Amino acid sequence: MSIMELNGGSCVAMVGKNCVAIACDLRLGNQALTVATNFSKVFPVTPSTLVGLPGLATDTMTVWEKLRFRTNMYEMKENRKISPQTLAHLVSSTLYEKRFGPYFVEPVIAGLDNSGVPFIASTDLIGCINFAKDFVVSGTASEKLFGMAESLWEPDLAPEELFETISQTLLNAVDRDAFSGWGAIVWVVEMDGSEGKVTKRWLRGRMD
Amino acid sequence: SYSFSLTTFSPSGKLVQIEHALQAVSAGATSLGIKAKDGIVIATEKKSPSPLVDDSMIEKVALVCPNIGMVYSGMGPDFRVLVNKARKSAQAYWKIYAEYPPTRVLVSEIATAMQDATQSGGVRPYGVSLLVAGYDELTGPSLWQIDPSGSFWAWKASAIGKNMVNAKTFLEKRYNDDISLVDAAHVALLTLKEGFEGELTASKLEMGIVGLPQGKAVGPLAPPTFRKLTEAEINDYLSM
Repeated sequence: MSIMELNGGSCVAMVGKNCVAIACDLRLGNQALTVATNFSKVFPVTPSTLVGLPGLATDTMTVWEKLRFRTNMYEMKENRKISPQTLAHLVSSTLYEKRFGPYFVEPVIAGLDNSGVPFIASTDLIGCINFAKDFVVSGTASEKLFGMAESLWEPDLAPEELFETISQTLLNAVDRDAFSGWGAIVWVVEMDGSEGKVTKRWLRGRMD
Repeated sequence: SYSFSLTTFSPSGKLVQIEHALQAVSAGATSLGIKAKDGIVIATEKKSPSPLVDDSMIEKVALVCPNIGMVYSGMGPDFRVLVNKARKSAQAYWKIYAEYPPTRVLVSEIATAMQDATQSGGVRPYGVSLLVAGYDELTGPSLWQIDPSGSFWAWKASAIGKNMVNAKTFLEKRYNDDISLVDAAHVALLTLKEGFEGELTASKLEMGIVGLPQGKAVGPLAPPTFRKLTEAEINDYLSM
């Protein structure tokens, strides 16, 4: 058994027309035993950017706290919110710092930059960035997520359509994965004027 | 080795070492910077102690990173050390964020290095004042002065060094918020000419400009905005 499969959990992010969506399941387990059904792996970084951290749960929490520290300092020092592209590089360099004793998370980043242009990316556990144009997947159900996303995703989906697409992608993938599931949350980010507007919705899937 | 600071307060609340450092700055060759609506020009005199010195090898205007450059008045060797620190700081920032720092952020880091030398054991303050010119997406072009104390602030136009008082008076008259980069370069040379003994030629000057980014970014890197002018370009401005 791999350390990345101890706690279980998955994330996915997708690009739409002037919007992005990111979603994760809610399971926290200890191998086969389910310990919690309210463990979200996605965290907000700015009003228009979120990061998902599936993997070993202790590292999910620690990497989030480290990122929160660094992005808060960035905001105070530079007097501006960090853009999603810059955040991706910050996540990458933070993970590479631990190259020979890594954090066991494989992050997924989604957000809209200052001009409202959608951006998604994912990295491996040592910080290699994947700049995808369509979707990114991560976690114990990643192979199933790849299959679902590849079939369901199409370009220029409106926010409501993107919500449906990412929800079906996540739900049907985690339903076939023993280590992910027990509920899900989906965030859809769009621009409301010059501010980011985030809509958060809970999904009920198979509760097993 | 010393573990106590050599820069200590006088009864009147002054740091005498910093006052002396400012004297070193005032004894140095004049440099100036002018912020135009589409960029910044920084310039300095390059006065060699003897005609035998190969002044084409002197570097007083330095590139720090593609969007930031700086010039100084005061002690050359101290400037060299600070340029290296500034360059390293810009690269360290790039290593984390894959972009170069906004001007204000880099200025703040240089200023912190200079302040450290006023409150650390066994060191003296840096004998230079710096004029840092840079471009970033957030604020556009900005011009900053950093003093030996480590304090920094932004200017629309300023001069430091030997002739700074007259130069600033001259700049006050000639400056307006709408000045173009080309006019600013011309004014910069006129200002330096005022305080120069003898004939001002391109070989006795160094100029750098921060322009707006030209064209689109190539890959992840933003197009560079700072560059030093060649002797030929300075000649063109002198004959304007």
